[in-house]
Amino acid sequence: MTTVIKAPGEAAAERPGKTGRPGEGDKRRSEGVVLNVFSHGFLALWAIMIVLPLIWLALGAFKTDAQIGGSALSWPANWHFDAFGRAWDKGIGGYFANTFIVLVFSVPLTMLFGSMAAYVLARYPFKGNRVVYYFFVSGAMFPVFLALVPLFFMVKRFDMLNTYQGLILVYVAYSMPFTVFFMHSFFRTLPTAIHEAAVIDGASDTRIFFQVMLPMAKPGLISVGIFNVLGQWNQYILPAVLMQPQTSGEPERYMLTQGLVQLQYQMGYETDLPVLFAGATIAIIPMLAVYLSFQRQIQAGLTSATLK
Amino acid sequence: MSHVAQSKGRAGFITGFLFAPLALYLTFVIWPYVQTFGYSFTNWTGQSPTFDFVGLDNYATLLNDEVFRGALWHNLLLLVFVPVITILLALFFAFMVNAGGRSGAGGVRGVGGSRFYKVVYFFPQVLSLAILAVLFGAIYRSDEGGLLNGFLVKVGLISPQHPVEWLNEPNFVLWCLLFVVVWHGVGFYLVLFSAAMQSVPRDIYEAALLDGAGRAQTFFKVTLPLLWDSVQTSAVYLGIAAMDMFVLVSTMTSGQFGGGPDHHSEVMATVLMRNFLYFGKSGYACAMGVVMLVLTMILSVITLRATRRERIEF
Repeated sequence: MTTVIKAPGEAAAERPGKTGRPGEGDKRRSEGVVLNVFSHGFLALWAIMIVLPLIWLALGAFKTDAQIGGSALSWPANWHFDAFGRAWDKGIGGYFANTFIVLVFSVPLTMLFGSMAAYVLARYPFKGNRVVYYFFVSGAMFPVFLALVPLFFMVKRFDMLNTYQGLILVYVAYSMPFTVFFMHSFFRTLPTAIHEAAVIDGASDTRIFFQVMLPMAKPGLISVGIFNVLGQWNQYILPAVLMQPQTSGEPERYMLTQGLVQLQYQMGYETDLPVLFAGATIAIIPMLAVYLSFQRQIQAGLTSATLK
Repeated sequence: MSHVAQSKGRAGFITGFLFAPLALYLTFVIWPYVQTFGYSFTNWTGQSPTFDFVGLDNYATLLNDEVFRGALWHNLLLLVFVPVITILLALFFAFMVNAGGRSGAGGVRGVGGSRFYKVVYFFPQVLSLAILAVLFGAIYRSDEGGLLNGFLVKVGLISPQHPVEWLNEPNFVLWCLLFVVVWHGVGFYLVLFSAAMQSVPRDIYEAALLDGAGRAQTFFKVTLPLLWDSVQTSAVYLGIAAMDMFVLVSTMTSGQFGGGPDHHSEVMATVLMRNFLYFGKSGYACAMGVVMLVLTMILSVITLRATRRERIEF
């Protein structure tokens, strides 16, 4: 850090000027110092407000139930991982697996279908091209609640309530507007010359797409891919409506988000709050790991995905 | 290669590539959206296969539904406060992180540790709303075991015998939820605005600096106008989020699908879900969905118009 920071008292002693004019260097400097102390204070405070609650939550997994109900600022008495084990047994493990199974299929399918549609719409002029494009993109504007009631009965008609394949198809469909929108603008930027060269070499349209265009669109695919992984991993409303056991004998196929909320109700009754804290911590850790490893790509991906 | 053969192959290729995506999208997104409008004019319960056309009855009932009107009011409150608070905080932090660390004549740079702040602030964005619900449910606990109450007792602001029941206090509950949304969003918009600030050419800042502009002036006269497009986009996104709020309200507050205490945290989405899944009033719920859509569209248009400025090219 190259900024000169004086002690807060020293800085405050100087009169902070509102605006600096040329020739008033001292005044401007003191303004800078005061602002630095001030801004550092706020920046640090907000950072603490982000980190502290998360650490406190993780520590809760090592407390006893009585301790959690007692004082929030107590130090854990029980440094054992048994709450994590109980949380896993209470279903967190299964919810993890369910979410994983769905995403393994839904994300690649989203990317494939979204890119296919976007590619055709971006590079092949045909009658009705614009209509189909706006059709796809308009879906992003509507709140998902609008469709929930009919969607439930639509999935029911296909007999796919509380099934993985039902949720996978719905996830893919609802990720389509954004994926098409983003990949459309990406495919438009790719040079035509390469496409023409491939045609002269005798490659079919399908082959050009898979062997030339898709690899070239990799940066775009990564951005949208991150967006879709996070969005589908964190989805709550769609599974809450579509993934409830329909008959008493049916197994629960809750997603992680749903399962966590379920655990919250359950642990309230069973008064085993360390399990809830452990469960939440288990759900946070992979996200933290993924985020810290890919934070540059995630930040870049999400911002470019939003700004496009 | 004859022209006819080529265009024939093309048509097949185009149809082939569009078929599956379009079929899925029409079945699960477009058709349900269209159906909602139809169902909103019926007294469908969702259970029975038969239902009657009731015209605008559902919409008339909505107008007199006290709970729904309260929910609408809460959504409007959130709609004003969520974007304003989040954007102001994010702009402040973004400016500090990107251009705040300037001492007198030392050029333009971020404060020390700006990389660290960007990483930490952004993290809540990758957490699911369900995790936020569990985390903040624990923070807002109504006894001393809650982080907030525990802290306030420790510093002596409230007595241990009478901790604040944050989420059961009619006057506090909505603001508690609002804070969660802001906590979640600030980092994302900080990074978004940072990206926009970094695309502003350095010499613009340096010119302002040479002309003797202070930090406040630089911000209001240079940075903000150049960022206006991103601010506008953010306002629309945050507005849409404020119209939703379903997950947080339904999981953190009391009542069937949340909304408690006594409907003080009710939002339109929770009223809709309760009518659909709990009261079995599907037609009525659909009418609410239509109202939500219309409001969202109106608000997006208003936000975009009201914040319209001349676009600055650089």
